[in-house]
Amino acid sequence: MTDLHVETLQVENLSVRLRGRPILTDVSLSVGPHDCIGLIGPNGAGKTTLLRAILGLVPHDGHSSLAALTPDARGRACAWMPQARDIAWPVSVETLVALGRTPHLRGFGSLTDLDRRHVDAALTTMGLTGLRHRAATRLSGGEQAMALIARALAQDTALLMADEPIAGLDPANQISTMQVFADLAKGGRAVIVSMHDLGLAARHCTRLILLGENGIAADGPPAAVLTPDNLARIFHVSAHYAQTDQGPVFQPMDVTR
Amino acid sequence: MSRLALVLLAVVAALFIASLTVGPADTGVLADLGALLFGGDGPLPMVMREIRLPRALLGVMIGASLGLAGAAMQGYLRNPLAEPGLIGVSGSAALGAVLAIHTGLAAASALALPLAALAGAGTGVLLVLLLAGPRGASITLILAGIAISSLAAALTSLVLNLSPNPYAASEIVFWMMGSLADRSMTHVWLALPLMVLGWLALATLGRGLDALTLGEDAAAAMGIRLRALRLTLVFGTACVVGAATAVAGAIGFVGLVVPHLLRPLTGAQPSRLLWASALGGAAMVLAADLATRLILPERDLKLGVLTALVGAPLFLHLIYKTRADMA
Repeated sequence: MTDLHVETLQVENLSVRLRGRPILTDVSLSVGPHDCIGLIGPNGAGKTTLLRAILGLVPHDGHSSLAALTPDARGRACAWMPQARDIAWPVSVETLVALGRTPHLRGFGSLTDLDRRHVDAALTTMGLTGLRHRAATRLSGGEQAMALIARALAQDTALLMADEPIAGLDPANQISTMQVFADLAKGGRAVIVSMHDLGLAARHCTRLILLGENGIAADGPPAAVLTPDNLARIFHVSAHYAQTDQGPVFQPMDVTR
Repeated sequence: MSRLALVLLAVVAALFIASLTVGPADTGVLADLGALLFGGDGPLPMVMREIRLPRALLGVMIGASLGLAGAAMQGYLRNPLAEPGLIGVSGSAALGAVLAIHTGLAAASALALPLAALAGAGTGVLLVLLLAGPRGASITLILAGIAISSLAAALTSLVLNLSPNPYAASEIVFWMMGSLADRSMTHVWLALPLMVLGWLALATLGRGLDALTLGEDAAAAMGIRLRALRLTLVFGTACVVGAATAVAGAIGFVGLVVPHLLRPLTGAQPSRLLWASALGGAAMVLAADLATRLILPERDLKLGVLTALVGAPLFLHLIYKTRADMA
């Protein structure tokens, strides 16, 4: 892996209004190497909007260090996996994953040996080597999600942002995907994943950012964010949260509203 | 170079030679090519250089243009039903040409018709860009294109409606069917610069179109400048389709069917489909133009009619196959 200097993400006073409605107001956060961040919050809290604004894909006020980069530099600094799992053409899984190398290609050049090594590594990490020649559009929804995650991995960036990447995966794939993200962070990269499965978030993320009430309601280690008070105020649920021999266990119990 | 490229190149070369050597004056392939290359006495060098060469060249140029623009448009809109006429260029070019015929300008000067068609194409595409607005979403481009296409078609009908005599009307109708007959090297030199400009513009789109396979958001986050991409696409398409329509009339189905046919052979990768469709389009137009000369040589069968006649059943076959795949 090349390019291990981590461009820490800096977001200051980021505000987004969509159609005149304030979605996010004065959001500030910084992300450094080794952060594996779970971005959580109820539906409509602005998780997708925050990630897209950080990338400069929606009009916003305030500063994001990624949005300030040129498009090419941004593509080499951050991989983005949108929630919509678009695969427009029946390209092979290998070709799909190789699209992640787009920001690294120069001029009209084709894939170099280095590019191919990244593609192979991403396919192996996501357990897709057996599917590499299959048409991506013919895979199951879960397999397509795995291929799109592999595409983001192949981009080989200091920061990876994924919008609900594990939604719709089977339990084994959900756990192994979260493990892949956690390992990336251990290796010195940074990961921001939006997700709804608070149990997986509690187990695999080093840090949770809870969105609610137009901004960041809580930011810190899982135990500090998943407090009964925060859960009741933002998610309107109660939960069972315990530290066990096999790590933290989190289970939402009842609706409190 | 891949095997597909070699096969397509060979097919285009064979059809090009056939296009040069098939005609009412049956003189033999070698004599024809000799006259073309080395000149000589008698009418044959004239026929070869003034009649058949421009026709064959225009076949290659127009076919490549329509195929390339079709592949680019389908790649950008991520829809196999897109075609280059979608952004209103061919419709507005046809309107310009029809106005030139109607006003009698076309009869006054040989260049009046193609120049009027180019003016029409330019106006149409500017209107489409203004309507579509500055942001890069594809849906506004489709809507603006449909609006301008319909307007151009309505105005063309109006001109036909008001046409003073049946001869003018039939001239307009026949022109709109598209043809490569009786074109000269002047037409080649008029179309070539614009087409080369358009080919160069469209050829730069490969990487962006590939990235768009993952959707607009993912492509933008991988460093693709969507606004610049759209502008280049519209500019390139306007150049090649405007020039093609100006010199040959409306030739449908090539930009729709050729990319669709070749997609499975290119691994469905939009960048590879670009050059493959250019070669495939050239082959299809050359073949269709040959067919107009071979099937009913004495009746002046129109090229656009033939591409539609061949294209529609091919398309039906593709729909049938797609249905079978989905079942």
